[in-house]
Amino acid sequence: MKLSTYNFLTSMAIKGVKVGFPLKLTISKKEVVESEFNPTFVERILPKLDWSAVYGAAQVAELTEDIPSVQPENIGENELLLQKLHHLLFEIDVLEGQLECPETGRVFPITDGIPNMLLNEDEV
Amino acid sequence: MARMKLRKLEEYLQGVDGFEQPKILLEQYPTPPHIAACMAHHMQSQHEDIEGKLVGDLGCGCGMLSIASTLLGAQLTVGFELDGDAVDTFRGNVVEMELPNVDCVRADVLQLIGSKWEKSFDTVLMNPPFGTKHNAGMDMRFLEVALRLANTAVYSLHKTSTRSYIQKKALEWGARGSVVAELRYNIDASYKFHKQKSKDIEVDFWRFEIGQE
Repeated sequence: MKLSTYNFLTSMAIKGVKVGFPLKLTISKKEVVESEFNPTFVERILPKLDWSAVYGAAQVAELTEDIPSVQPENIGENELLLQKLHHLLFEIDVLEGQLECPETGRVFPITDGIPNMLLNEDEV
Repeated sequence: MARMKLRKLEEYLQGVDGFEQPKILLEQYPTPPHIAACMAHHMQSQHEDIEGKLVGDLGCGCGMLSIASTLLGAQLTVGFELDGDAVDTFRGNVVEMELPNVDCVRADVLQLIGSKWEKSFDTVLMNPPFGTKHNAGMDMRFLEVALRLANTAVYSLHKTSTRSYIQKKALEWGARGSVVAELRYNIDASYKFHKQKSKDIEVDFWRFEIGQE
């Protein structure tokens, strides 16, 4: 699971959960997969990102030196930061770990790179 | 990335593993490599809806369409699939073909409405369950979700017999649909109840434009 995907995942399908975001991420195994840097795309996806989730992911992936805790203005003019965001969002592949619902504590496992967001019938 | 030729794309897709034991309740028919290649190639060459885009694949199964999208240069493709065996095969395909930029999430597609994925994808593509067995109307429920998640275009396959109904529903959901091609969709004798060795059904390949009422 790429951290860009993580940015969109919520536990809001659980009955009674209001926001379900950001999920608490734990990484026990990850790898780096190189992919082509496309600054236009990174800039375009920015409005869809929640910076608190991005920074949270950077903390868990131990990349906080690369990513500021508060979203800077005019990121588009900062190619170096776009490149670091690209690395964080598209090149870190979480192989094993988990996502935890911030409201209920329900754990969604990440196994072999795939987050399992399926809920049981009695949870929805 | 130079655009991959149609024939080359199809060759790569022939290496994608399909369902080991297809599940009848989930209508697990694999998308044939030839059809997947033609679909993805059309999306890119006619509309530039793949390269550098965020692409979603609903009911992605073993990843045939997701992988086609990735091979044509999508920045990130995210497949959504309910079935655990299919997601394992999806991941196996991605690892074996050493593909970056493609993710699979195990989730119920019908629960994606109202999520943070809404309006997030440039393009959504899918080969939905046709809803002909025990899940009547399932392709329409998938289409409704797809139209909510995409901000530009949705590509999908539906039985030709439902064409006018689909046109009408798409308009209700804020999208203008047009049939790109009529296919003879060959379903191999995957299940015991198929008496013939293989059976062609008539299927439309649709493109829906979001926000074109």
